[in-house]
Amino acid sequence: MGASTVKTLVVPSRRQQIVAAQKTILKQIEQHNYGEQARFAIRLALDEAACNALRHGNHEDPDKHITFQYEITDQRVSISVTDEGDGFDPGVLPDPTHEANLDRPCGRGVMLMLSYMTEVSFSNGGRTITLIKDRNCRKPEA
Amino acid sequence: MADQKSRLQILDTDDVKRVRFRDRHILDETLIQQIADEISLVIDQATEPKILLDFTGVEHLSSAALGAMITINNKVRAKAGQLRLVNIDKQIYEVFVITKLSDLFQIHTDEQKAMSSFS
Repeated sequence: MGASTVKTLVVPSRRQQIVAAQKTILKQIEQHNYGEQARFAIRLALDEAACNALRHGNHEDPDKHITFQYEITDQRVSISVTDEGDGFDPGVLPDPTHEANLDRPCGRGVMLMLSYMTEVSFSNGGRTITLIKDRNCRKPEA
Repeated sequence: MADQKSRLQILDTDDVKRVRFRDRHILDETLIQQIADEISLVIDQATEPKILLDFTGVEHLSSAALGAMITINNKVRAKAGQLRLVNIDKQIYEVFVITKLSDLFQIHTDEQKAMSSFS
């Protein structure tokens, strides 16, 4: 299947609808025959991005929306997740692997996305995260 | 909430509580909270809890689930208890390694060894 599928999903900040949007995206990725490791990585990163948008971006306000914009080709999956929050600076996030932070229950989402995706970028003042996974990407490199 | 189906299977083996997850995908935060609450109850009911978390069948975990495991670990330690993890899928184990949580938890590949490791 060589065609590129570019789609946009806009959902209110409600868990059920966000999960449904994630499932829609993941199902389309399956149709492009990405391997199990790639699908695991994308599912993990997408879930982290969606949770961050819901919880930290939109503060679970159902009047705010999350926009998923995604393009899937046979060689690359690109997903952008945008919230309607105040934004943030990803550069100031503490290192969750630092010994002092290991027993903190939160703060690993961005690190996991960076570990599993080919590329991760932030824009729109931190309100948009773009996740890219290439088919031949070997990450994570533990 | 009282009628909510348990997300765990809990078996007693000697004085160890063996906890297995009913869900393959531990991503949803509501689910994670329910799991954490159920395990907390198990911890509360023991003096020095010994808990084996069996990840058989679990295919996906989010960082929120990892966070819940850390909270559980902290709670077990506060009661001078012991926590072990076993049967973690290779890809999920990689998540533990990447986040360095493989240094925080005692993770076993073998159930017998995990059970023997409790003092």
